[in-house]
Amino acid sequence: MKIVVLSGSNVGTKTRTVMDYVAQTVMGQDPDIEVTLIDLAEADMVFSDGRNFTEYSGDTGRVTAAIMDADAIIIGTPIFQASIPASLKNVFDLLPVGAFRDKVVAAVATAGSAKHYLIPQQHLLPILTYMKAQVVSPYVFVEERDLHRGQIVSEDVIARLNRLVEDTIVLTKTYAAIREEKEAAYGF
Amino acid sequence: MSENTTTLDPVGFDPTQGLQFGMYSLGDHLPNPADGSRVSAGERIREFVGYAQAAEEAGFDFFSVGESHQEFFASQAHAVILGAIAQATSSIRIGSTSTILSTSDPVRVFENFATIDHLSEGRAELVAGRASRIGLFELLGYDLRDYEELFEEKFDLLLKIRREESVSWSGQFRAPLNNAEVLPRPEQNPLPIWRAVGGAPASAVKAGLAGVPMVMAHLGGTTSSFKPTVDAYRQAARHAGFDPAALPIATAGFLYTAPTSQEALQGLYPHINEGMKRTNGQGMPKQLFAQSVDPASIVNIGSPQQIVEKILHQHEVFGHQRYLGQIDFGGMPYDRVMKQIETIGSEIIPAVKKYTADEGTAASAEAADAPAGAAGAPAGAVATAAEEHV
Repeated sequence: MKIVVLSGSNVGTKTRTVMDYVAQTVMGQDPDIEVTLIDLAEADMVFSDGRNFTEYSGDTGRVTAAIMDADAIIIGTPIFQASIPASLKNVFDLLPVGAFRDKVVAAVATAGSAKHYLIPQQHLLPILTYMKAQVVSPYVFVEERDLHRGQIVSEDVIARLNRLVEDTIVLTKTYAAIREEKEAAYGF
Repeated sequence: MSENTTTLDPVGFDPTQGLQFGMYSLGDHLPNPADGSRVSAGERIREFVGYAQAAEEAGFDFFSVGESHQEFFASQAHAVILGAIAQATSSIRIGSTSTILSTSDPVRVFENFATIDHLSEGRAELVAGRASRIGLFELLGYDLRDYEELFEEKFDLLLKIRREESVSWSGQFRAPLNNAEVLPRPEQNPLPIWRAVGGAPASAVKAGLAGVPMVMAHLGGTTSSFKPTVDAYRQAARHAGFDPAALPIATAGFLYTAPTSQEALQGLYPHINEGMKRTNGQGMPKQLFAQSVDPASIVNIGSPQQIVEKILHQHEVFGHQRYLGQIDFGGMPYDRVMKQIETIGSEIIPAVKKYTADEGTAASAEAADAPAGAAGAPAGAVATAAEEHV
């Protein structure tokens, strides 16, 4: 199984802090899983210009290929101006229609205010479902007070992230098994 | 704006002959998924010529090959291949599906196709498209930001070159022409030029407004879901002052037959799935592919009888003049494609023509708008009405 852990912001450290923990937890829960951590702050991404994802080179080509090749993706997003950051939306725009078909996608949001709790529900999930993801419910919402100097200091957030990772792995295996059985039945 | 009927339908479709049947190849050069082997580029290019000859023998009306400039394709110089096909055949009409006009000079494109028209003694047709795979923009030195405008400007110029023996023109993407004679003039006057259209109505509307025939390609979905595109095309043509009944429509998509639909699915799936993975980055989900044998699906996969019924249903819905089947995609072995051509020629084409031939007088001005009238098919011969299976 391949899981991509995507830190969706090109500025700041909070989302990366949380996604580092998520990546470690995936590896801890199942060492056989191939985990790729992508931090958009470290990738030199070009804006989507409409071409097929296979036709980008450099970091853009590497990131899109890794996502398309993954069985599951755990997306971390900050909340900027009551929405997801442009860097993350650009990743979605780089991918083809139906890019998340047969993939499980989970989400983690970091935010400066609890008032943003429904932003992932309203801005991120519609994109994921449009792109045909099997979305892990619920997402984990992390506030500024849950983090301190590059560490997660809330035991509750850690417990919720552990459950998110577990659910992502279980659902990915389950959907794969269902699909395998169903595809075998087609007989072609 | 006034164009005579010859300009609207330069092919001269005859409703009493029924639906025209064609074969097209994208020009892909993919490995056979069964063993990963791939013929050489030379062999693949000569296969196109062989298919055209076989299609002619089997009673197909049209054979065409597309232009693509990327890995896993062998038809970059599609006009050259068509030149060879012109020499190797004698009666089948030949063309491009599609010529990527956006990244070529319309003068040279016209010169090429006028020459193919002479080599083939008046059998050449040109389908102009915008490219669904866009790697060629970088290769040939064009800016993808000009994607739409490049095509529109060049397509206008191409039509002007066809219309006028002495062309004066200026535009954004090419040096001006000052009383230029673009030679040779083709044998057919006018040379048939079509516009390639994807599933969405926007491009069909542009074809309709320009009063040019359209080739509507489809990868999948239900027949009824493409009807709005056909309607938008005819409505746009009427709006621009053209007679929609005089404007031909062709549809194009996958075609594969086997004794049973299950065998057809088995035989074709690996080629489509692996081929699409290599050319588009994503395969074909089995669930979607399994639905393609449904009578309501626009994809013509199944037993010969099922395919006949599907095509008759599509003809009833669209009232189109030509159907193009893509048979050789995804590294399908040469012998198997040849067998397909033979079976289609003996079991599918005669039935399709018989039931789509309009035995009455030539199509009236409104015939193209009447869903069933133009087909002249007996009700019992067609599949039951399509239902949405989205």
